Amino acid sequence: MQNRYSFGGDEHLFVECSEEMSLEAFFKSLSMTNAIRDSKIMGITELCPANASFQVKFDPDVIHPDEILREVQEIEKAAEKTEPRINTRIIEIPVYYQDPWTHETLMRFRERHQNPDATDLEYAAEVNGFASVKEFIEAHSGAPWFVSMVGFVSGLPFMYQMVDRPRQIQVPKYLRPRTDTPKLTVGYGGCFSCIYSVRGAGGYQMFGITPMPIYDPNQETSYLKDFMVFFKPGDIVKFRPIERDEYDQCVDDVEQGKFWPRMHDVTFDLHEFQQNIDNYNSKLEGMINGG
Amino acid sequence: MAVKVLHPGLATTVQDLGRPGYFHLGIPIGGAMDRLAMRAANMLVGNDEGAAGLEAVFVGPKLEFTQDAVIAVTGAEMPVKVDGDEKPTWTAIRIKSGQVLSFDFLKSGARICLAIAGGIDVPEALGSRSTYPIGALGGLEGRAIAEGDSLPIGKAGTVKEGQAVPAALRRTPGNPAELRVLPGLYWHRITEEAGRNFFDDEWKVAPEADRMGYRFCGGRALEFVDREPPFGAGSDPSNVVDCCYPYGSIQVPGGTEPIILHRDAVSGGGYFMLGTIISADMDLIGQLQPHTPTKFVRVTMNEALKARADRKSVLNAIRTSLE
Repeated sequence: MQNRYSFGGDEHLFVECSEEMSLEAFFKSLSMTNAIRDSKIMGITELCPANASFQVKFDPDVIHPDEILREVQEIEKAAEKTEPRINTRIIEIPVYYQDPWTHETLMRFRERHQNPDATDLEYAAEVNGFASVKEFIEAHSGAPWFVSMVGFVSGLPFMYQMVDRPRQIQVPKYLRPRTDTPKLTVGYGGCFSCIYSVRGAGGYQMFGITPMPIYDPNQETSYLKDFMVFFKPGDIVKFRPIERDEYDQCVDDVEQGKFWPRMHDVTFDLHEFQQNIDNYNSKLEGMINGG
Repeated sequence: MAVKVLHPGLATTVQDLGRPGYFHLGIPIGGAMDRLAMRAANMLVGNDEGAAGLEAVFVGPKLEFTQDAVIAVTGAEMPVKVDGDEKPTWTAIRIKSGQVLSFDFLKSGARICLAIAGGIDVPEALGSRSTYPIGALGGLEGRAIAEGDSLPIGKAGTVKEGQAVPAALRRTPGNPAELRVLPGLYWHRITEEAGRNFFDDEWKVAPEADRMGYRFCGGRALEFVDREPPFGAGSDPSNVVDCCYPYGSIQVPGGTEPIILHRDAVSGGGYFMLGTIISADMDLIGQLQPHTPTKFVRVTMNEALKARADRKSVLNAIRTSLE
């Protein structure tokens, strides 16, 4: 996998690890941005990892574009020799699938959808060959996800499922974007799941909702007091389906400052993962409860 | 001391020079669209160049001062009035307690920057006072100013009333506007002919133009190079696997209408980009009105760096002239 380098004007270096999405491409993007951060190259002002690429923002008054290109290419060479391993955390995210709020919203925008007679979940299950919505939800919540990019708008995570290519779920986005999406909707577009951090426009299919805020500019939520954005690129997420009772309880707990996401620090090793994906994922999931 | 908002204008926000460092979390740099104008306005009233002022687009606000103050208005040409008497722009002007600042119709450009000696003293959010409305962050409660608001003002330094930025140092877009572009990113996705057409055609600023991005229309649709869609990219030829978007990058969804991302950019998405507006020309975009004819001009990296240096020397000349 050879990077493609290009400049975004005189202030950005754009690096594409791969044209197509894969865990390997994401892993390269994440580990290279980590290595660049550690290298403390003068003049770098911002590092943005994305799904299969990344971006380095720099100050050309401090470092010449040719020089930053040369430095980052050196890091690519060095990265080939290092063990593909990162320290990160696994987080359990409760999801109320088929909730009334995304259902109400999706009904309002049926004319913008590929199949106006089905719900987003029914459509997604069908185009991916699942016999039922239940089976589809089992697949969506059955294996963990890498947060492969945080962005678009404030704190929104893009997630890529940690399964091999044949098991990847793919769902087209809405034909025309909606003008409304409930806050904390769990969505899907292309091969990525996401959680809408704020209410607003959106084109991803809507599957459910989480009771757990992930962006709080006022920093009042118990676990967002230190920083207003919850997710970081490289986080591992496991969705856990919940029903209405538990959803309401979680919302209450969040409001009273009693809710704490279940999570644990883990080390992820790409080679070990590739040797037996399901076993490796089970081990990771076991860590949510403290290993 | 405070300033009372009698009328907010169209979309008037508190802005400074932005909050770098959080784009990897989807929080854009923000800050004044026309950085040079905001810096100059602050210099005129004796503020730090990065102090917070107001940015108003197309329609100016109406403000009542509850204490004496010195202000300066730069950027777009929009007549400034104090209790109905016209005052010069790009000039430090004194306002007495009880007087009302208002504006006439916009003559040219799109955005004014209003600096008040002492700066607008709202709390900092992630190191900046800039308003980012989508994230309800910064500024006054994370939103545009509204009627009845009271804007807190900091302590003013020494101000030389009456000093002005020389006319030769005020930069405005031409007609047609010319925006310099460094091709790159996913430039290879379009055919050679489409690349030539993009630079040959005259475009117009579309009505959808705001702090997040400027859309252009009127040029020929771009033709793409054939390909098998890469896994995860989506089926449209203008789709790529969702990636980071540079500030100033030019995406062309469906190949029809280019969008330049600006200060409140979304940080990433799934549309290919053909290149990026050079840093020296970003300020100009913020002064373009809808329907302005625009030409994109192809440059090299060396030309981009030269333009950056030229812009810096203009800023230095303004600093020197106001010392």
